[in-house]
Amino acid sequence: MTIPDKYALEALHINKRFGALIALNDVSLHLEKSTFHALLGENGAGKSTLVKCIMGYYAPDSGELMIEGKQHDISNPRHAHQLGLGMVYQHFTLIPNMTVMENLVLSRPHLPIKIDWRAERKSLQERIAQLPFQFQLDIPVSRMAAGEKQKLEITKQLLLNSKILILDEPTSVLTPVEADEVLGKLHALTQEGALSVLIITHKFREVMTFADEVTVLRKGNCVGTATVKNVDTQQLAKMMVGTEFVKKTLHRQPSLAQEARLEIHNLKVNDDTQAQAVNNLSLTVHSGEIVGIAGVSGNGQRELVEALSGQRCTSGGEIRAHKQPYQGRREDMRKSHFYCLPEEPLRNACVPAMSIAENMVFRNFDHLPFTRYRWLLDRRAMLHHARELISQYKIRTPGPHVPIATLSGGNVQRAVLARELENEVDILVVANPCFGLDFSAVAEIHDKIMQVRNRGGAVLLVSEDLDEILELSDRLMVMSGGKLVYETIPAQADLATIGRYMAGQ
Amino acid sequence: MNETEFSLLNILIAVIGGAIRVGTPFLFVSLGECLTERSGRINLGLEGTLMMGAMTGYGASYLSGSPWLGVMAAGMTGVILGGVHALLCQQQKVNDIAVGIALMLLGTGLAFFLGKPLIQPTAAHLPALHLGSWSDSPVIQAALDINVLFVMGALLAPAMAWFFRYSRWGLYVRTVGESADAARAMGLNVNRVRMYSTMAGGFLAGVGGSFLSLYYPGGWSEGLSSGQGLMAVALVIFARWNPVYCLYASLLFGAAATLGPTLQSIGMTWGYYLFHAAPYVLTLIIMITTSSSTRLLSGMPGQLSNVK
Ligand SMILES: Nc1ncnc2c1ncn2[C@@H]1O[C@H](COP(=O)(O)OP(=O)(O)OP(=O)(O)O)[C@@H](O)[C@H]1O
Ligand SMILES: [Mg+2]
Repeated sequence: MTIPDKYALEALHINKRFGALIALNDVSLHLEKSTFHALLGENGAGKSTLVKCIMGYYAPDSGELMIEGKQHDISNPRHAHQLGLGMVYQHFTLIPNMTVMENLVLSRPHLPIKIDWRAERKSLQERIAQLPFQFQLDIPVSRMAAGEKQKLEITKQLLLNSKILILDEPTSVLTPVEADEVLGKLHALTQEGALSVLIITHKFREVMTFADEVTVLRKGNCVGTATVKNVDTQQLAKMMVGTEFVKKTLHRQPSLAQEARLEIHNLKVNDDTQAQAVNNLSLTVHSGEIVGIAGVSGNGQRELVEALSGQRCTSGGEIRAHKQPYQGRREDMRKSHFYCLPEEPLRNACVPAMSIAENMVFRNFDHLPFTRYRWLLDRRAMLHHARELISQYKIRTPGPHVPIATLSGGNVQRAVLARELENEVDILVVANPCFGLDFSAVAEIHDKIMQVRNRGGAVLLVSEDLDEILELSDRLMVMSGGKLVYETIPAQADLATIGRYMAGQ
Repeated sequence: MNETEFSLLNILIAVIGGAIRVGTPFLFVSLGECLTERSGRINLGLEGTLMMGAMTGYGASYLSGSPWLGVMAAGMTGVILGGVHALLCQQQKVNDIAVGIALMLLGTGLAFFLGKPLIQPTAAHLPALHLGSWSDSPVIQAALDINVLFVMGALLAPAMAWFFRYSRWGLYVRTVGESADAARAMGLNVNRVRMYSTMAGGFLAGVGGSFLSLYYPGGWSEGLSSGQGLMAVALVIFARWNPVYCLYASLLFGAAATLGPTLQSIGMTWGYYLFHAAPYVLTLIIMITTSSSTRLLSGMPGQLSNVK
């Protein structure tokens, strides 16, 4: 007989279907007390679904949940909170228009009828002082950077006295330094015995550095659990994909005649508050090259990409594609074979409630073969087209008719990429293409981007991941304060110099 | 006519009194709409609620002899219509705006139909506080008859602001309105919170309607409302979803609406129709100046921007 409370949490034989898709097939997971447990798996493997079943956000079709050795039927997240479970979701659940203090108070389970803000402030200050992260209580959450928000999400759960903390890809929005800080502090809490952590991540480095144990899911099945000390990343990779994973080295063809494809002259773009975000930026991307733009997020990259994709008005300067003026209209894009994968594609390049098939024809639904007489839509052609892309890009979904919002994070990325790379690409703008992707998907997407370049496309790659930029680009630049402040080629790049420019010095 | 009656002071007082009188229904409807919208739903049906409130309020007052019973009956009508709106909207693939418009037409139509027998009889009216008794000018006396309902509305505005900021339920309403996902993750029942908010909002709009029939302009007729229920939606935007600003904005709209009649009453006939259009023009100006293609309105509840 096992000691009854060796495990903080056990999920036993969980099954969950979404229509025809088996998202979880007889999955079991054991989270030992006071340990740091990682959950690995490819995009769409069912990681988020599993933890949502644990939290009562989804009702599993069958299976059992044990907390501290006792069986519980968790019917909703509030019930889970009462049992000491806290979760940090893949998407932020903070309320942007409210202050830090309001957000923290709000999440308390038993609010008094009348809220005494002064007393709340005092008790919050006292309790936060004991926790790893510190905040200003009066700023609205919308003004916080992503890293700060993530710390606030975690603090919110810790304040609720959660004994078990579940985090769904908490580090995908963090820089490596921030990630180490956050995970390090959580790890310390588990060592003190105050907390058990179950964390979903795609980064092997984090698993190897911080986790005690790791469970791997593959296509809805539980592959197994291992002690991190006894495995290496190769073995983990193999567990995730099922076969030996050999990373293909990217094949970079020597580029031929270079002609300017995308030219940007003195571009000025304003952000949402009408402050200037892109500041007299000039840049040329030639055919057959990848230009990488590195930089800390919030230095105008988002506004630049939105201006290029026609989602934001420019306030000065000029963009030229194929030497012709380019204004980001549908016709411009079609004529110059201009395609774009913006960051957060679900929000910026999809209509979440529309089906995958519909989302996949946004570029050409008004052209053959998806239209009849340029007036009526041919649904059958759309579905057929979507099915092809789904199998070609290995998108995991019940079918082309489901809303694209139900895809897992990584699969949304693939679906949009499938749409953008389907036709001949002369100019490609990509922003953080590998956010939240598993390692094999990252390799696949890098390969696709490289192929575009090798076929003579001009690629502008905007990314916060410096390694990605160093690996892919032919030329690299650093963006800071809305300007390009430094240019070099990866072979000669000096990390210290780049870091200095990224920090805005 | 003697000179003093033309004085600016008189006009000013008349406009203020008029602003209060005409602004009261605006105030109640906008407070109701404010509450509903803070929970993340738009109820365009409040114009219909207003008319139904006016009709039932008048009927109840006539039958019972007590205007306050009329006010309560009007409020309850609003609760029912609000409940219907909420029930319909929480069905899948149902759009707030469409339901609102349908309920607006239903409400006004039903009010006209059921109100036919109420056109003739006179019901007991709501009492007023005579704040103008210090003056012997009848213009001023008439202008400063302040209705008790206005006082209640004026107190309700800061109370509602307090409710949003300091009470548990207020915080829940705001959470649901800002982010339904976050609310669900907290374990709140989004539909229920919205249902209660819409019903309470309907209550206030109904009360606003009873003011129309039981005080000013008084009586029951089909031309009783001049679109206050719809303009209140614009007013809430203008007031940045803040109940206290709703009070000021209502008075401003009331003043705009009273400009025409006041000028007419002192014998100025020039531009009569122009001044009558003042509140509508004001609505348009507000909608145009406060909208922007590049940024969201500050204070706007997060869920309003993505109405299904
Ligand atoms: N509400 C839903 N309706 C239909 N299918 C769904 C729903 N939620 C998830 N799925 C499907 O279940 C599968 C598992 O999704 P899940 O979000 O758990 O993946 P994941 O492992 O978290 O992937 P990622 O690393 O990309 O976040 C996916 O194929 C997804 O399309
Ligand atoms: Mg996930």
